[in-house]
Amino acid sequence: MRRMFRTAGAGAAVVLAAALALSGCSSNSTPGATQAEPPKRTMASSVGSGEGQLNLIAWAGYTEDGSNDKTVDWVHPFEAQTGCTVHTTYGATSDDMVQLMRTGQYDGVSASGDATLRLIYAGDVAPVNTKLVPNYKTISSFLKNGNWNSVNGQMYGIPHGWGANLLMYTPSVVTPAPTSWSAVFDDASKYEGKVTAYDSPIYIADAALYLKSSDPSLGITDPYSLTTKQLDAAVALLKKQNASVGEYWSDYTKAVQAFESGTSVVGTTWQVIANLINSDATVKVETVVPKEGVTGWSDTWMISSKSKHPNCMYKWMNYIASPSVNAQVTEWYGEAPAQTLACAEMSDPNFCADYHATDEAYAAKIHYWTTPTKQCVDGKGDNCTSYTDWVNAWQRIRG
Amino acid sequence: MAADQGLAPTRSSSYLSTRPKARLALLLSVPLLWLVVMYLGSIVVMLVSAFWTVDSFTGAVVQTFTLDNIVRLFTDPLYGTVALRTILVAVGVTLIDVVIAVPMALFISKVASPRARVALLVAVTTPLWASYLVKAYAWRILLAPNGPLAFVTGGNTPGYGLPATVITLAYLWLPYMIIPVYAGFDRVSDSLVEASFDLGAGAWRTVRSITLPLVFPAIAAGSIFTFSLTLGDYIAVGIVGGKTQLLANLIYGQLVTANNQPFAAALSLIPLAAIILYLFAMRRTGALENV
Repeated sequence: MRRMFRTAGAGAAVVLAAALALSGCSSNSTPGATQAEPPKRTMASSVGSGEGQLNLIAWAGYTEDGSNDKTVDWVHPFEAQTGCTVHTTYGATSDDMVQLMRTGQYDGVSASGDATLRLIYAGDVAPVNTKLVPNYKTISSFLKNGNWNSVNGQMYGIPHGWGANLLMYTPSVVTPAPTSWSAVFDDASKYEGKVTAYDSPIYIADAALYLKSSDPSLGITDPYSLTTKQLDAAVALLKKQNASVGEYWSDYTKAVQAFESGTSVVGTTWQVIANLINSDATVKVETVVPKEGVTGWSDTWMISSKSKHPNCMYKWMNYIASPSVNAQVTEWYGEAPAQTLACAEMSDPNFCADYHATDEAYAAKIHYWTTPTKQCVDGKGDNCTSYTDWVNAWQRIRG
Repeated sequence: MAADQGLAPTRSSSYLSTRPKARLALLLSVPLLWLVVMYLGSIVVMLVSAFWTVDSFTGAVVQTFTLDNIVRLFTDPLYGTVALRTILVAVGVTLIDVVIAVPMALFISKVASPRARVALLVAVTTPLWASYLVKAYAWRILLAPNGPLAFVTGGNTPGYGLPATVITLAYLWLPYMIIPVYAGFDRVSDSLVEASFDLGAGAWRTVRSITLPLVFPAIAAGSIFTFSLTLGDYIAVGIVGGKTQLLANLIYGQLVTANNQPFAAALSLIPLAAIILYLFAMRRTGALENV
C-alpha cells in the first residue's frame, strides 16, 4: 500500500481525493420512518452462468488488474474464475458516476452515499437479492440496511468499505491533546497559520456538526440538513477558521506532506493519511474521534437496472465482498473493509484495528456524507439548503 | 466503367488546375473546419450556455435565456475580488518573466558562442519535458517551512500563499517567454548594433533605442502566453497557494463540484474578457503588427 501512495502520481491522488470528496452517504434520518417508494425494478431471483462480459464504473483503486502494480491484481483471478471479462470506467466524481449510469451501458457501480439515493430514485439501479450473494452474510451488520444503501428494508447494493474524517494533530506541538473539534474552530487561533481543513463544500458539515453541540440554540439536528440560518452560522464559523488556516487540503499527498513539513499541525484527516505519516516517522501524529462525533463516507456496489450481464455482476458483488478480495482492495485503498472476515486476510495484521473495521460503536459515531438537498435529507421538511448553496458558501468562505 | 475510373484522376486534376479558388478551398477546408467548428464552435457553445441555468432539483441544464448568471458576477463581491487577484497575479508573473527572460535571451542570442547557445536553449526548454505537477510539487517542497529555501535564507521564505503562487507560475511559464524573446533578438541584425556603436551610442543607449524597440513585439508575444496561461491556472495555486484561490478554482468548483455548467461558463467570461482586452492593449502599442 505504501508503494501505491509513493508511486501513484499526484494526479491520481487528486482524482482519488476528488472522488472521496464527493463520496458519502445519507445519514441519520428518523429511524423507522417510511421512505418514499422508488420506481419498481425487477430483482434477480437466481444467478446463472456468466455472460462473458462485465462493464463497471468504479473509483480509481477499486478494480486493480495489475497495471498499476504487478502484485496488486484481483480482476484477473475473477476473470479466470467466472469467465467474465471486466471493463472498468473510472468515475471522477459522484456526479460523473450518476451520469454514466444513466446511459444504461454499464452493469454496476461502486457508488458513494451521495450517489446511491439518486441512482435508486431515478430507477437506474435494481434492488439486490442478498440471498444470491453468500458473502453478504458476514458483512458488518452496521452497514446493512443503511439509509444510504437500502429503502424500506430492501438492500440496493453490497457494502464495500467505509472511513471517517478524524481530527489529527501533532502531539509535540498541540498540547493538551484535543478532544473536541473546537481545536480547529473556536480555539483555532492558538495554532494560527497551522490549522488545516478539507477543501470541499462538504466540509461545512463538520462545522455544522460542531455547532450542533456548541450552539444548541441553532437547533441543528443533522449536519446535512441545514436551514439558511444554520448554514449562515456554519459559514461564519468557517470564515473565522479561515483566518487561522495555513492551507486547505484536497489530495492526501498534500496532507501528508503538510504535516511532515510542519505546515499543518492540527486539522481534519483520513486514517490512511495518519498511517502514512507515522510510517514515514519524520513526525508523529495522533488521531482522535472528537466528542462531537465525525463525518465519513461509505461505498456500495450497485447493479444497473438495465444490466446486460446481471449474472457476471452478481458474481462480481460476491467476489469483491469475499474475505480475501475485500481485504486486498480496502488495504490497497486505505479504508475499513465491509467484510468482517477480511480482517484475518490482511497483509498488515493491525489493519482492521487501525481502521476500527469491526468497531460498531465507532461506526455509529460517523455522520456519513450525503448530498444536501432542498428536501431536508433527515426528512424534517423542505426548507433546507441545497448542495449548490453549499458550494457557493464554500467559495465565499475561501474568499 | 473501367475507362471511366481510369479517367477520373485526370479529370479532377485538370478541373483543379484551372480553378485556383476550388484548389484553395480544398486545401483550407480541413483546417478551417477545425478552427470554426471545433475551436470557435466550442467557445460559442460556452458563451451561449452562460445564459442558461440549472434546475436545482434534477441538476439538468435548463435552456431558457436568463441574465441571472451575469448579474451574479457583478453583484456578489466574491467574484470581483478573486478576478482582480487573478489578474494581478497574471501581471506579476508576466513582469517577472520579462525581467528574467530579456537579459537571458539577449545573452543567448548575442553573447554566447554558437555551441553554448545550443546548450542554453536546450537548458531552457528541458523543463518543458517534465510534468507540470512534478514541477509544482518540487516548488512546494522548496518553499516548505523546513525546506531548502528556508534553510538557505534562515527562515525568510514567503511560505505558501500568493507570493509562492507567483514564483511557481513565473517558473512554470518562463520558457514560453524566453523562446519568443530569443527569436526576437535573433532577428535583430548585428549590423544595426554595430552601426549604433559606430555612431557613438553606448551599450545602454543601443539597447534602449535599437534593440528593445525591435524585440518589443516578441516580448508582447511572450507576455500573451504567460498572461493567459496564468489566468487559466488552478492547480499550482492549489499546491503552493496556501488558502488562496484564483478565478479558475471558482470555475472548477462551479463546473465539477457544483455541477453548475452555466455559471461556470459565465465565470469564464471574465478571463476571456481580460485576455481580449489585453490583446487590444497590445495591438494599440503596435506590438502585434510584426508577430
